[in-house]
Amino acid sequence: MRGNDVLGLIFSNLHEESVRELTENRTMGSVPFGGRYCLIDFPLSNMVNSGINKVGVLTKSHYQSLMDHLGSGKAWDLSRKREGLFLLPPFETEFENGNSRIESLSSVQSFLENSKEEYVLLTDSDVVCNIDFSAVLAFHVEHQSDITLVCRRGTIPGKLTDPAVCITGPDGRVSDLLINPRAEGECCFSMNMMLIRRELLMRLVADCVSRNRYDFKRDLLQRNVGSYRVFAYEFRGFAKAICSGVAYFEANMALMEPGVRAQLFDPSRPIYTKVRDDMPARYGLGASVSNSLVADGCVIEGEVRNSVLFRGVHVGKNTVVENCIILQDSVIRSDSHLNYVIADKKVLIKDGRSLFGFQSYPVYIAKGSAV
Amino acid sequence: MLPKQEVVAMLLAGGQGSRLGVLTKSLAKPAVPYGGKYRIIDFPLSNCVNSGIECVGVLTQYQPLELNEYIGNGQPWDLDSTSAGVRVLPPFQRSRKSDWYKGTANAIYQNIPYIERYNPEYVIVLSGDHIYKMDYSKMIAFHKEKKADCTIAEIEVPMEEACRFGILNTNGDGSIYEFDEKPKQPRSNQASMGIYVFTWSKLRKYLEADEADPKSSNDFGKDVLPAMLNAGERMFAYPFEGYWKDVGTIDSLWESNMDLLNPKIPLDLSEEKWKIYCRNPVMPPHYISKDAKVQNSLIAEGGNVCGTVDFAVLFSGVYIAPGAVVRDSIIMPNTRIEEGAVVQYAIVAENCVIGKNTVVGRRPEDMENKDDWGVAVIGDGCVIPPDTVVPPKAMIDREQLGKEVGNNARK
Repeated sequence: MRGNDVLGLIFSNLHEESVRELTENRTMGSVPFGGRYCLIDFPLSNMVNSGINKVGVLTKSHYQSLMDHLGSGKAWDLSRKREGLFLLPPFETEFENGNSRIESLSSVQSFLENSKEEYVLLTDSDVVCNIDFSAVLAFHVEHQSDITLVCRRGTIPGKLTDPAVCITGPDGRVSDLLINPRAEGECCFSMNMMLIRRELLMRLVADCVSRNRYDFKRDLLQRNVGSYRVFAYEFRGFAKAICSGVAYFEANMALMEPGVRAQLFDPSRPIYTKVRDDMPARYGLGASVSNSLVADGCVIEGEVRNSVLFRGVHVGKNTVVENCIILQDSVIRSDSHLNYVIADKKVLIKDGRSLFGFQSYPVYIAKGSAV
Repeated sequence: MLPKQEVVAMLLAGGQGSRLGVLTKSLAKPAVPYGGKYRIIDFPLSNCVNSGIECVGVLTQYQPLELNEYIGNGQPWDLDSTSAGVRVLPPFQRSRKSDWYKGTANAIYQNIPYIERYNPEYVIVLSGDHIYKMDYSKMIAFHKEKKADCTIAEIEVPMEEACRFGILNTNGDGSIYEFDEKPKQPRSNQASMGIYVFTWSKLRKYLEADEADPKSSNDFGKDVLPAMLNAGERMFAYPFEGYWKDVGTIDSLWESNMDLLNPKIPLDLSEEKWKIYCRNPVMPPHYISKDAKVQNSLIAEGGNVCGTVDFAVLFSGVYIAPGAVVRDSIIMPNTRIEEGAVVQYAIVAENCVIGKNTVVGRRPEDMENKDDWGVAVIGDGCVIPPDTVVPPKAMIDREQLGKEVGNNARK
């Protein structure tokens, strides 16, 4: 891929209302996922694996955890002399309280102007997938597209905020874009990833701002479908939008499928994340684990079923953990029983506790709390 | 001129480690994998950085490719600073008198210019054959306090094993009066750990004298240390307590890995204040399937376990098929154990495939003649065909395997 020709831009704060508990103290991009990752690792690694070597991360608020996670970008090989990772916190405050893409893009206008890449790839950080963006660029060039939207065909996941449905012709050209329509059955909906020429993006953003229009999908995309060549690129691999607490739970559980793991963690396009230098997971006498994902640094002496254990989780003796997602450094002591629980980082579950949620409503335990 | 460093560490990593057989056939001993995700050299490197030593020279000579690649710029150990950090020091050609490293002392001698750049007070000489966590700064403080010229770390070993070590005989104040290299009748059980702190100005003098002596074998233990003792230099033994194991043989390498599974042995490698750092693989967490049984084991990321695992150390990316059994064994990165295979008391190196229903190694209790028992070792990249029996104590490498398969084909 002509990676030097594409600038990556990631919106790290969008969709936070969908998983409100998890984003209380962190950005969407830094929501932990899959035992050792954060959501932003997926778009970031996808970009790097596609040859993109300049990535801007747009943040709006509570981005401390994100900065801590990204550091200098070393883990993604984005700590480079030429280009690399750029954190773009808001620095122009002419916009009061919005969190829209147009406001964010407008506030980084000089960054866009000073970049020399021909194209910009924009993505949110709510979709977990392993996608080759160089194929999107090839499609874009081949179709002489002005705007290429990365889409999926299928039924729209419940609770997805403002899904954009593309009505396409046989060549993939988008003739109409419907936002949050009453869609039944299969349709082609946007994954909130798009490729556009940098100059055009800057022009369209400026145009929206000058008309005081700040809705990216309605004002920047929908209104321009007629006047530009807009194409839908269909992504056929595994993808899961984190659009609700249940979707978050299901996306983690989907990793138990060998096929999903093989696609998402394809060794030729690895997903990078911050290194933590933990010891490999230790299984004690009497440990019993089935159908689970276990990260480094875990110490397991009890029973674990259908669960995802992040780095440094302890499961005590005679404790049963089933259908749970236990985030980094949480400790579950002895003789406890957890079912359908999402425990945030550094949670302590003391001896003999029982906590039960349900498939449609997993119990969430806030970061650092003791039960 | 580089900023002065009080201490420069010199890590002897050039040895072949021939007692590890096929494991070090194409790999320097310090690069041998250990403990699920580490390599032996991670221990001295992490100890250095945790002790505040930021300047480490690694002396390489034997099969350095993988070791060099692994050390890289030293970033995983936080040794990538611009003024100091880790440097790989292979032997090199000069305008006259070029040579390989003839011995441990000669290796340091050849790198006097490297050490001098930092103008250090002390030099600590380390080896890449041991598993231990040690604060070198305490040993250096001891060296200063005793106003010593040379301090040697010592550890108490069981009296019956003392004959395998270099024994230090000391006076009441800790000063050394005699070295006993592998004594038949040891007079003490204080073994040298192969860790030396020298006052640099003194060491430099002795290295030059040693080099000028044509009869010398240019070795620290055999030549330089005895010469210093004979000349009456102040030499002290620094007592160390804690876990320390030489992993120079198949048995001790196997044992030391198994020690990680023993809750009674205090060897926590992710302890916050003394972490052992390593180059981490980029892999997802490991997956334990519905029917897998895992106990008493250490499993790194990227693995897929569908069989039975008990008392095992599994490195990253290992696959254990349904119905396969791994007990009391060490399985190194990206190796596959296929269906129905049984691996017991074995070390299987990287990128191997153990075919269906193949049996590797045996439990000592199943053996009639205990003398025939030993850990079975399979070298890297071996593809063991299905239904094969690899006996205990066997040591197999790729070339040998190729010949055997060839022989079978001819039959």
